[in-house]
Formats: sequence, structure tokens, C-alpha cells
Amino acid sequence: MRIILKIIIAAMLFSVAIQAPARADLEEAAGGLLSKSYGDKIQATEAIAATGDARAILLLETLLAGDLYAVKDTDRLVYRKPANGGDQVTDILTDEDLGDLKSGDLTKIRINNRMRGLIKDLLGRLTLLNEDPLLRLKAADAVFKSRPVEMIVPMGDALAAETDTAVAAAMRRALAALNFVHGDTPEVQGEALLILQEESVPEVRSLLSAEANRLAAIQNPSPENQALAKAIDQALAKVEEKLAMLGVVENIFQGISLGSVLLLAAIGLAITFGVMGVINMAHGEMVMIGAYTTYVVQELCRTFAPELLTFSLIAAIPAAFIVAGLCGVAIERSIIRFLYGRPLETLLATWGLSLVLQQFVRTIFGPTNKEVSSPDWLSGTWEITGGLALTYNRIAIIFFAAAVLVMLMLVLRKTSFGLQMRAVTQNRKMGASMGIRTGWVDAMTFGLGSGVAGMAGVALSQIDNVSPNLGQAYIIDSFMVVVFGGVGNLWGTLVGALSLGITNKFLEPYTGAVLAKILVLVFIILFIQKRPRGLFALKGRAVEN
Amino acid sequence: MLGLRKVAGVITGAAMLATSALGLGTAQAADDVIKVGVLHSLSGTMAISETTLKDAVLMMVDDLNKNGGLLGKKVEAVVVDPASNWPLFAEKARELIEVEDVDVVFGCWTSVSRKSVLPVFEELNSMLFYPVQYEGEESSRNVFYTGAAPNQQAIPAVEYLMSEEGGSVERWVLAGTDYVYPRTTNKILESFLKAKGVAEEDIMISYTPFGHSDWQTIVSDIKKFGSEGKKTAVVSTINGDANVPFYKELGNQGIDAADIPVVAFSVGEEELAGLDTAPLVGHLAAWNYFMSVESEENDAFIKKWKAFIGDDKRVTNDPMEATYIGFKMWTQAVEQAGTTDVDAVRQAMYGQKVKNLTGGTAVMNTNHHLSKPVLIGEIQDNGQIETVWRTEDVVVGDAWSDYIPESAKLVADWTYPYVCGGCEKPMY
Repeated sequence: MRIILKIIIAAMLFSVAIQAPARADLEEAAGGLLSKSYGDKIQATEAIAATGDARAILLLETLLAGDLYAVKDTDRLVYRKPANGGDQVTDILTDEDLGDLKSGDLTKIRINNRMRGLIKDLLGRLTLLNEDPLLRLKAADAVFKSRPVEMIVPMGDALAAETDTAVAAAMRRALAALNFVHGDTPEVQGEALLILQEESVPEVRSLLSAEANRLAAIQNPSPENQALAKAIDQALAKVEEKLAMLGVVENIFQGISLGSVLLLAAIGLAITFGVMGVINMAHGEMVMIGAYTTYVVQELCRTFAPELLTFSLIAAIPAAFIVAGLCGVAIERSIIRFLYGRPLETLLATWGLSLVLQQFVRTIFGPTNKEVSSPDWLSGTWEITGGLALTYNRIAIIFFAAAVLVMLMLVLRKTSFGLQMRAVTQNRKMGASMGIRTGWVDAMTFGLGSGVAGMAGVALSQIDNVSPNLGQAYIIDSFMVVVFGGVGNLWGTLVGALSLGITNKFLEPYTGAVLAKILVLVFIILFIQKRPRGLFALKGRAVEN
Repeated sequence: MLGLRKVAGVITGAAMLATSALGLGTAQAADDVIKVGVLHSLSGTMAISETTLKDAVLMMVDDLNKNGGLLGKKVEAVVVDPASNWPLFAEKARELIEVEDVDVVFGCWTSVSRKSVLPVFEELNSMLFYPVQYEGEESSRNVFYTGAAPNQQAIPAVEYLMSEEGGSVERWVLAGTDYVYPRTTNKILESFLKAKGVAEEDIMISYTPFGHSDWQTIVSDIKKFGSEGKKTAVVSTINGDANVPFYKELGNQGIDAADIPVVAFSVGEEELAGLDTAPLVGHLAAWNYFMSVESEENDAFIKKWKAFIGDDKRVTNDPMEATYIGFKMWTQAVEQAGTTDVDAVRQAMYGQKVKNLTGGTAVMNTNHHLSKPVLIGEIQDNGQIETVWRTEDVVVGDAWSDYIPESAKLVADWTYPYVCGGCEKPMY
């Protein structure tokens, strides 16, 4: 029964939505896509949609995805149809398999932004009754954005036949927007308003304020119009309030996200600088080495195990830890151990080392950025409600930072290595006389800090450049976080990173990115004047020495 | 290890040329050599962009020598590394001119490095070819600007977006890195937009520090700004490394080019090489050259470049074309003048013509800027930029913008009767 209903509605939809001219031939309309001029292609696209041919949807979708090609000799329109064990070049109109065609035989049908917008709109009208709920949802959203008057009736029918609640909600919203914009009586508009005011997307605000402006411009308004204007004002206030709330939530999330990036960058330094007291200017380069390790792991994966490519990022985490950690051990054994107790020389030596490492990487990998692709499960956004969407990669980084922090805590508190490490940093002579190999502990501690920095590089490869300069961008911020949080305290690093991140994100909308950064720096300078040991100062004799 | 050997070879580029001369059996005497200085950063933050241009000059020199050199002499490239350090640029420029005695210098990328070497070139009366798009408002007797002036890039891009084909944009976000090029360009664009009737509240200006990596707030602000009913576009003068995280954030927050297109003036094929461009399809770039343009000259150039660099995946970009045009013009001018003397070559430069790689002919004007075509392209999923619009004819580079009142009245003309880089009346 539902199927028959759908077919009837579909028939109605085509006749209403696309005031169909005499059913033009789809083949003829599609021929226009071969033109070089975008004007011709736009006409062809409109003509294709107007044919009402069932093949039009596939054709438009393929065109939008940039997967539509023309065969050079025959001008046939083709696409790569996934078939068992590979792709087949298939004629899109006749579904005929064209066999072996090389990419050199095909020219891509190019589209521009104007066409993209148009195709989305047309597809929205055509796919309202599609079997795939995701497509129906997209279609409803497309209509909500473009609001063509002829869609009122088909949208109402589609809503009546809709069974999926999420899609139905989107359709209700789209229908309300259509009625609100095109409704000719205040009653219709007022009804639509009741639905719209529950929404929290910015589009609704602009819709309402546009209508409010229109009503305000009418001279001698009727009482109904006056009432409507009042209702719109109330609804606007309601929507604004919701948007403001979402804005705050979004700000907090972004602050935590920035904080987690800072935490990742700084946490390795909290070990080398915080615990060992080594001013390590090459810390950023350990992060950079971690990011390059990610790149290398991904390339290896691409070559030897392409099917595991989406998991290469996970494999890169231990790899980056080991590579950066070994670098750290080597640096400690060859340079830093000769410079303990001489902070100025350490600073200069590690600074020079950072330049050497940068140029070394530049020599091997070249000066240009390297592409570390994001796996599917880290791309895109998680839409919580309309108007509030969080990106997956940021969420993942927050969890990753938390996991790294917890693991580091466990190592320091619960393992014998952690115990030895704390013993050596608190009283080296006493530790040595208890039989701890202090030199070995120094090397391992420095390696641990560097390895953690390398793990940060894996995360940063997802949001920043993988270039030889990657580390430089984070070294200042890392020192800032460690000094602010209190030297030698991981909790301090956590609180420092998060509070700096959130402060920055709350300042940014008001002051702009440049001033926000300056204000945070000024704040830290003043704070350090007041509390030279940072937020969580270590107490006791260990500090006095 | 292969990479190491390659770079080691490149650093001693001059030595390589000397070796090839030795191959002929005779060491060249100093008189038989024309020296060309290359002043591009090979280390530090700008190495990412400038190393490519150094290689482009070496390729041109190599090519020239294979075809018999210049004025019957071998050409030798002297490569120095100013290490992205602006004061060092001035020192290295002085070293090139005074110690190495070069006849011409190809170099600089950032405006601040150009400003730093300018007094050196003017004091020692030498010649610099500057190959990068810039903010204009300058014309030195000793510099030839082969990149685009604002009227050859920014203004046409905005006009395109305003047109029906470009999407009839009514609201504008001007986003840039906080330094002289974006600030000047945005100043020009702002007064241009206002002259076109765009209201104050429809323009949002945002600056970020160099190397900015956390774009969450700005991108969500852009999203909000663009959801208020009017068609919105972003004009990006974001420079260098900051672009990659910016585009990643755009892709992740799902800002679609069909809704809010971003047109960039500093993003070319080289910058896109470090990115997965699938989420960016449809965002725009405005340049005078795209690698994807099909022409005989361009095909030959790309082929030569890939062979020279030994990597089939390397891309070409606009500053490389500007370097190519500048180098060709200089060799033509030297041949015409019959000498490498700076004053004679300068006179021969005016009106010099070179075929663009994208079709048409570039001409050097008396204000030391080129006439070039302007191209607008959309980013594709393969990292290339495909032309969607181009000017029918070449556009004459304008040193002093017509949209800033103080500079609209200035004229740059280094021939009689002006003989000046920026004055209101003729000097003679």
C-alpha cells in the first residue's frame, strides 16, 4: 500500500515540483554537459532535472561528486561503477559496461560552485521520496535552505508519508520555513512560527529577522500583522537565547580542545623540564619527529598493507614514541649529560640542536609539507543539535591527551622506574648511594619525555602542518603551560593547559586572535610575578636545593 | 640517503656548474662567466616556499647553458641562504653584489625581506627580480616585480565573486595573517567593496598571528556570519603554514564551497600538496598561473621541471612562472643590450615581451610591473586548481592602488618625463 502511495506521490511531485515541460529526452539534455561553457552546463543540468527521468538522480549525483566523465572519442557519459573486484567504466544512461577504458580516454565533466549549489537544490527536490533516509534528510535540508515556493505541496505529502522520526523532524522544519516565507495569511505564518521557534540553527534567526523587518516596513499594518510581528519578536528572542547558550557550550568545547592540544605539546616538557630541570629547546623537534614518523608509517602502510591504511594512525602512536624516545636518549647521552647544572649552556646547545634537527629533516624529506591523511573515523562533525556540531578529530585529541596523561601518571606513581626517577630528581646523591644507576635513570627519563612529545606529534599531524617547522610553533606555548602550571607537577600542567586554552577561546571572539594571544601572555607574566613557582608549586626541601 | 646527496649537490649548485665546465676540459676564467645571484631562504620557516624558486632559477640557468649560454658566456648561479632571517637578507644581498659581483639577483618572497634588501640594491645600483604576488604601493628603480599587484589578483577575484557566475556574493569575510601584505590588501579591498555599495556590517575583518594553528573560533564565526541570509564568501590572505590547519578546520566543520566559498591569494599547488583536498573541492584561488592550464609552453615547462627535479610528483606554481618570465625577460634584455650593465639592461627591459605559460604575452611596463592575465580557479580533489574564469586580455600591473586615496594620485614611471617610482607630477 505504501509503495503505491509513494508512486502516486512521486508522480505528483514531478508534475508539481518541476513544472515539467514536454518530457524532453534525457539523452538530449545530458548532451549539454559536454559544453565547455558553464552557462550551457547549467542549462543542461536544469533540463536534466526537468525530464523527470528516473536516471536523472544518478546522473546528477555522479556529476555533483565529480565522478562523471565523457569518453573522448564517442562523447558518451560514463562513470566508474563499483563491480566485483574493481571498478567498471559504465555508460550512465544505458548502464552498458564499456570494458577496458584507460583514464587517458576519459575527460572529466567539470562543475563550478554555482552548479554545485544548483544540483544540490535540484537533487533535494528529486530525492524527497528516496528509499535511503539519509538522502531524504539531505533533501529536506536542501529545501530548507533554498525554500522554493512550489515545494510546499510535495513537502507536505512527503512529510505525511515519512516514517523516520529524524527525517520527519527535518521535513517539518523545512515545511514550516516554506509556509513561513510563502504563507499569505498571518495565520499560516503564525502556525509555522510555532515550529520554527523551537529550532536552534542560525538560519532560523535570519529568516525571522528578515520577516520582522518586512513587517516593520508595512505602513498601517492590520491587527493580524501586528500580532504576528509581536509573535516573531518573541520567537526571535527565544531563538537568540538558545543560540547564545549553544555559543557558550561551543566555546567551552573549543577551549578544552585547544587546552588538550597544549597539554599534549607540553606534557613531554613537563618531564624533561619540569622533573629533570633541563631547558630543552629541542622539545618541539621531538614533536616534529613524531609527526614525521606518523607520515612514514602511513606511507609504509600505503605500500605494503593498503587495506590497513585507516589504522596506520594507531600503529604510528607506539612507533612515534619509540623513535622520538630513542632520539631523546641519544641526545641525553651525547650532549645534555655533560651540561647538567649549567642551564645557559643547555639552552644554547639544545637550541642549536633544534636547528640541526630541523635542517636534517628538511634535507631528508624536503622542505614542503607532507600529507598525513585523516582516516574516515576522524573526519567530519558530530551534530549534537542543529547549530552545535563538534568535529571528530578534536574530540579524539581530547581523549588521547587524557589517556597520555593518565598513563604518564601511572608510570611515575606505580612503577619502580617512576620511583627511581623521582628519587634521583629529589636527591641524586642519596639515590646513587641506594644503588640506583642515576645516569641510566637520567637517560630513560629524558627518553620518556621525548617519546611522549613524539606521541603528541601523531595527534598534531591531524590538525597542523607536517613540516620541519612544526615544532617551533609549539615550543613557546609548551614552556608557557609548564611554567604557569608549576614546574614538576603533572596536575599543574593539566590545569595550566586547560585554563590557558579556555581563556584564549573566550577572549578570541571579543578581541581577535592576535590580541587574545597577547592578553594571555601578559596575564602569565603578571601571574608569574605574583607566584613565581606557578599554580601548583612543589613544596619541601627538594625545591630549596 | 638519496635525498641527502641531492641536497648536498644543490647547495653546491655553483660547484656543479663548475664541474660541468671542467668536463669540457678547461676551467672557465672569471671574465667568461655571467653571475646570477639567487637570494632565497633554504632554511627556516620560508624554506618551504622559497627552495622551489631557487631550484627554478637553477633549472633556467642550466637550460640557458645547454643552449650556448648568454652573450657567448657561461652563466653561473651563486646561491646563498638568508635563512628566513630578514636582516640577513640585506647582508647576503650585499655579499652577492659586492663580493660575488653578480649581475642580477633573483630572490625574496615575503614583503618584509624585500623591504629589507631594497636599500642595498638602491645604494649599489644592482637589479632584483621579485617573483611573488604582493601588496603593491612600491616601485623601485632597482626592482622588477614579476608577481601580481593587487589589481592583478585581489580586485578581479572579488569582482568575479560579485558576478552572477561567481555566486553574487554580498557579504565578505576578509581573513588574513597579521602583517603588511594582508593589511594593505584588505585596506584596498575594503574601500573597493564600499565603493561597490557593500555595507559596513557586511564586511568582517579578522587577523591571526603567523603560524596560527587553532582555527576553531574563526571558522565557526565565519559559519555564523555566513548563515544570516546573504550569500557570503571568504577572501583569504592567510599566509604560509597557517593555511593547512585553516583548510583542515574548514573541511572538518563542513563548510562547503557551494555555501561559503573561500578565495585565497597565497594558496597554490605547492601549498595544497600537503593536504587532502577532497573536502576543499570548489574553494577558489586567484593567480596568474595554474599548473592545470593546457598550453604548449606550460606542458614543456612542467616536463622540464619534473625532469630537472627528478620527481614526478612535484608541482609547479605561480611564483615559478613569475621567476620564469623574469629570467627570460632578463636574458632577452641582456642580449638586446649586448651587456650585463645594470643601467643598459634596465632600459632594454621596458617593453620586453615573453610568452606566458598560460597563453598570451607578458609585457614589462615602465612602472616595473608586468601585464599578465588573471585566472580564477577552483581546487580539485587531485590537488590541482582548475580555471573557471580568466580575463579576456592581460591586465596592466598597477604599482599604486586606485582605491587608496593617498596612492591613487601617485604615478610610477621610470622613463621620461616621470623617471620616478611614485610622484604626482613629472620630474622633468
